[in-house]
Amino acid sequence: MAEILIKNGFVIDPTRKIDGDVADVAIKDGKIVDTVSSAAKVIDAKGKVVMAGGVDVHAHVAGPKVNVGRLFRPEDKLFKSPMAQKNGYRMESGFSVPSTFKTGYDYARMGYAFVMEAAMPPLFTAHVHEEIHDTPIIDEAALPVFGNNWFVMDYLKKGEIENTAAYIAWLIRVTKGFGIKVVNPGGTAAWSWGLNCLSLDDPVPYFEITPREIIIGLMKANEYLGLPHSMHIHQNNLGNPGNYAITLDSLKLAEGIKPKNKFGREQVMHSTHLQFHSYGGDSWANFESKAKEVMDYVNQNKGITVDLGCVTLDETTTMTADGPFEHHLNHLNHLKWCNVDVELETAAGVVPYVYDKNIKVCGIQWAVGLELGLYATDPNRTFVSTDHPNAGPFIRYPRIIKWLMSKKAREATLDTFKYKDKVIDATNIHSMDRELTLYEIAQMTRSGPAKCLGLSNIYGGLAPGMNADVGVFDLNYKNMPSDPEMIEKAFLRAACFIKSGEIVVRDGEVLGHGHKNTIWVNVKMPENPQVMRDITQSFTKDYTVGLSNYPVRDYLAPHPFVIDVDVEA
Amino acid sequence: MATVTLKPTKTPTIMFEAFNITPDAFAGKTPAQIAALEGREGKIKVTIGDFFEVSGSPGATAAETDIVIAGDCSRVKYIGNKMTAGSITVNGNADMYVGGWMKGGKIHVKGNVHSFCGIGMEGGDILIDGKAENYVGCAYRGDWRGMKDGTIRIKGSAGNDIGTFMLGGTIIIENNAFIHVSTHAEGGTVIIKGDVEGRVGGQMVKGDIYILGKVQYMLPGFKKIEVVEKEVDGVKGTFDHYIGDLGERHPKSKGKEIFANLYVKAAA
Repeated sequence: MAEILIKNGFVIDPTRKIDGDVADVAIKDGKIVDTVSSAAKVIDAKGKVVMAGGVDVHAHVAGPKVNVGRLFRPEDKLFKSPMAQKNGYRMESGFSVPSTFKTGYDYARMGYAFVMEAAMPPLFTAHVHEEIHDTPIIDEAALPVFGNNWFVMDYLKKGEIENTAAYIAWLIRVTKGFGIKVVNPGGTAAWSWGLNCLSLDDPVPYFEITPREIIIGLMKANEYLGLPHSMHIHQNNLGNPGNYAITLDSLKLAEGIKPKNKFGREQVMHSTHLQFHSYGGDSWANFESKAKEVMDYVNQNKGITVDLGCVTLDETTTMTADGPFEHHLNHLNHLKWCNVDVELETAAGVVPYVYDKNIKVCGIQWAVGLELGLYATDPNRTFVSTDHPNAGPFIRYPRIIKWLMSKKAREATLDTFKYKDKVIDATNIHSMDRELTLYEIAQMTRSGPAKCLGLSNIYGGLAPGMNADVGVFDLNYKNMPSDPEMIEKAFLRAACFIKSGEIVVRDGEVLGHGHKNTIWVNVKMPENPQVMRDITQSFTKDYTVGLSNYPVRDYLAPHPFVIDVDVEA
Repeated sequence: MATVTLKPTKTPTIMFEAFNITPDAFAGKTPAQIAALEGREGKIKVTIGDFFEVSGSPGATAAETDIVIAGDCSRVKYIGNKMTAGSITVNGNADMYVGGWMKGGKIHVKGNVHSFCGIGMEGGDILIDGKAENYVGCAYRGDWRGMKDGTIRIKGSAGNDIGTFMLGGTIIIENNAFIHVSTHAEGGTVIIKGDVEGRVGGQMVKGDIYILGKVQYMLPGFKKIEVVEKEVDGVKGTFDHYIGDLGERHPKSKGKEIFANLYVKAAA
């Protein structure tokens, strides 16, 4: 493989505490190295910022509900689907739910190397992996959902952490998954009875287990197995006024759990799209930001990482395994709604949503997301996300970076709101002067999420031996533009992006399809006869598919990168 | 007003997507520049000049520009797409999407049009001397935002799905229509001067429909509440006033539920 030398850029690498030093980055055989020969291809990065490839900890980019979003929103493609870049490249269609090709191309254009598909229904894993395979350039992994799984609820009701862990190990292995995702624990299962779990102690019908028990049990099982990533949770009561109280209650459950893994991960709970969970008030009329209260707690507790889930004020498509929430949302906006039940495992709903800057609540939501980022004292535990596409499409990450880095940009957006004064009254954004630095942005988009996922030896930094995923952005570290729009522009279209040692983007144009990998975790532990018997029985009795048809075949993930985890008995 | 004349020179093999035949795109350009404006034939980029001979000159702005197409456009789509002002006259038939998403100005087609005439329209006037196929003044597939304003008048008959998801404006069909009128509508007025087979106002939330002929099959979600005298598009008559769709949600105003209105000419 060719050698590449990125010369004279302002290097920003929080993993080695490098902040804007002018240095060279050398690449050989797909890895970062100390030096290369004089035959190396030279990329001049003078006057530009050089960072590791971006790491997205949470996005919905592949699988059945994403495809439902594509299928039931033809209007999402109207006038937004240009002709293919040139011969050899695929047509790119869609805005909030882009085609797999557009997904890969756009992430690469923004200099992102790794994306986590945040909710994989185990039964439909084959589809998830087929779409991941169809998404070019970027490396991906997927988190199977466990928070409403019948096996998990059965074992945890009996307090059987070891059996829960054995089941999880088996499921992650057969689905080629990455870790433990929890969506509205208990609530989605209760939805099968037309109910929901809106507090930590609402029992799930039939299973008689509470969200509190599910969350604690899954954190313990996660650490029992020593997985690279922690339990990754979408909490109960998403999107409702006053939900910050249950958010704090849920976060506090992490206090008793200690991280145990060989991947350098320090947290035991990743609380995702925190914006949707940081609301005060008791109705839409007195709806307000509780970002400060929530971040004050997060800042003090190293056992927790979060991602923002920023509202980007776009017309988008919400999709989540939180079935009851989507039904609720459909009754608020009267747009089309799709709902799916996945037997024994989970559910999902999809509803289009317009975050309108003329609506007060949408303006407050926008402010809450950014406030969370601005209150963060440890950017290495607070990550940029939009819960793509729920709060906005991922192509808005550069816009979020702009807002986080520029008060001027935030004020300019506030000025476009119809109810600007009411939004200011209900939030703190207007009084916040903090402007994040490029170093902090690199922590929030690179080193932080990589560490949180247990992948810090592969992604998120530029140390020799790491994957050669390097972005060059047209920003002068010493002389940052006074116009914040230039920040968004630079991060939207990388001047150059090298993925796995190959130049895949130049001046914002895609140059190649790269070498994508599907990353999955192979948990090895001694066979647990009781769990295997339970699984066999359940597949005979309850599932509509046979056990032998359930595991994902190897050909569906043809470019695997497998992380082995050995669990001691 | 300045006039640009397009004379068809070649029939497109695949339908020509001529989204640049608008006063907005033509304004201030020379005939050569107009001929060079882009379009699509399938997945191939083509130009207006590939299919038309351009003569005359446009005005400085869209409002000062008239376009006359001197011939048949049966294989030309998207005429007047998103136009904001000025006028287009087609001396023949036109294919799909005439006046799609238009915001202002006038379009007059002297022949027939195919489907999606006035789709997503926000303002302006469309006059069709002949008949229209399906989806007159409807929303784009999947979209919940249909015609918002403006007027569409079809002198002939129309097919199905008229005014789907309509929010405002007026559609007048001077002859018969087939099925699905104002489905999901939340505003606007549809007047059908001929007969309709059925499915009128299904899941309609708000808005008005006038049928001056007969409705062969009424939907069960509409309830007759009174008989009224009305003048509709210059025609006076006695109408049975129905409200509905009773199976759909309805907004409230001053504590009262607002229903969609369906007026069907009373039997003599």
